Amino acid sequence: MRNFISDRAKEIPPSGIRKFFDLALTMDNVISLGVGEPDFRTPWNICESSIYSIEQGTTSYTSNKGLQSLRDALSRYLGQHYNLPYTSNDEIIITSGVSEGLDIAIRSIVDPGDEVAIAQPSYVSYAPCVTLSGGKPVPIRCTEKDHFKLNPEALLESITPKTKALIINFPNNPTGAVMNAGDLKAIADIVIDKDILLISDEVYAELTYEGSHVAAATVSDLWERTITLNGFSKAYAMTGWRIGYLCAPKELCDAALKIHQYIMLCAPVMGQVGALEALRSAEEDKNNMVNEYRLRRNMIVAGLNRIGLSCHVPDGAFYAFPSVKKTGLSDVEFAERLLREQKVAVVPGSVFGDGGEDHLRCAYAVSRKDLTEALSRMETFISGL
Amino acid sequence: MDEKDLELLRILEENSRLSADEIAIMTNLSTAEVENRVHALEAAQVIKRYSTVINWELAGNGEVSAVIELKVSPERDYGYDRIAERLSRFRQVKTLRLMTGTYDLQLVVTGKNMQEVSRFVSEHVAPMDRIRETATHIIMKSYKENGHTLFEQQESERLPYSF
Repeated sequence: MRNFISDRAKEIPPSGIRKFFDLALTMDNVISLGVGEPDFRTPWNICESSIYSIEQGTTSYTSNKGLQSLRDALSRYLGQHYNLPYTSNDEIIITSGVSEGLDIAIRSIVDPGDEVAIAQPSYVSYAPCVTLSGGKPVPIRCTEKDHFKLNPEALLESITPKTKALIINFPNNPTGAVMNAGDLKAIADIVIDKDILLISDEVYAELTYEGSHVAAATVSDLWERTITLNGFSKAYAMTGWRIGYLCAPKELCDAALKIHQYIMLCAPVMGQVGALEALRSAEEDKNNMVNEYRLRRNMIVAGLNRIGLSCHVPDGAFYAFPSVKKTGLSDVEFAERLLREQKVAVVPGSVFGDGGEDHLRCAYAVSRKDLTEALSRMETFISGL
Repeated sequence: MDEKDLELLRILEENSRLSADEIAIMTNLSTAEVENRVHALEAAQVIKRYSTVINWELAGNGEVSAVIELKVSPERDYGYDRIAERLSRFRQVKTLRLMTGTYDLQLVVTGKNMQEVSRFVSEHVAPMDRIRETATHIIMKSYKENGHTLFEQQESERLPYSF
């Protein structure tokens, strides 16, 4: 039989944490700081509203773009909270999670041979999505020295005549780094000057602990060349609902919609109903969760530094990104031995690309009790090295 | 009272057993400042006491609680205050509130068993001057107390790793 697997699929490297995953599943009593999702349940008002809608028989397809009521509410919300002027009819598509938004954004702009610069360390799907479109991912290294912000000079160096777009994600998974208005202005100047497009994944926007989130599309004249991606998963503890959204000026949005209508048709309606309720009534639930993450962030950063893993204070998301350099172990060795010897799961930073090596991603979306226990086990591990 | 005080109160309301050191780390305050603020909140009676939410059903001591509604004739000059204060001195009265609606005072009363609760109502509460009517509702089961659910919730299946 022939080998049916496409070259593009072959080109995608296997998951960097498969072996950790398999190992952790064989163990009991593992405390996982390896999970990129909130530990809270979805606020009940959201669940209840979705359940009620199912009881009422709201189980059909929606418009490709998503429920009009959700897009209207979102348009208002984005305007009020982030000063983003996306219109509900032409500039917003409700997607099945940010993952789908990312995929259709990339597919609607990347041709074979195009280069796409990716600020790394980054979420793991950016580069494979570019590869699947026939493009070439070009990592840009963000460093600890810059608190893992995107350095304008590094960006400039990565751009070639073939560069079509830049993908950024701030607040960042895995580093927790945040870009303020000034940081984004420096990037905007280059993006505009080099005439490239910006894809800004802002799914952690609501989890900003110092000051308020600055949406990239509101900086300079970026709006006309920015695709903003966001979703409900992180802010409202709705990961399993799979509701995200893509916002862009009409022309870009229309192109993305063509792909969305063929691959997804529409995002699940019960999720969309829940998302609408999130915007209507879950502001306080969200704020309570964000406050709790802030307290835990302070706990984990203090704890990591105390046990000898130097860690900058992340201004957003729910990840601490300490360095293991002083221990003499690589991030992969550290993560594997920590799991085997102390049953604490963390993700080695190198999984997230350039700049991630020698670091660990420790998610603090776990209870304070587990966080304290995990830190204590890590201390035992380090003192035994 | 500032934002930091409110944050301390929220933390303590959720778990009053945290040490000042632990709270200091979470809130970016010094330990001394946490202690000073908590002492000030105690002195101002904003913090009344530190207590524990107990699932008595699991503890299995068989205690019985009842919600009691009272219709009361208010007193000239005092309204409901004097009778409410009088009632609230009883050890058995755990909670006492003045309500809008069809009755005036609401009590939550606890006793060792049903007989003790009914004896308390019939011997001490109902005969009091100015109390016109009582309605006693035995609590059959409590599902949530002070913001904490008391029933088992299924753990959701969480992957050990996700990006």
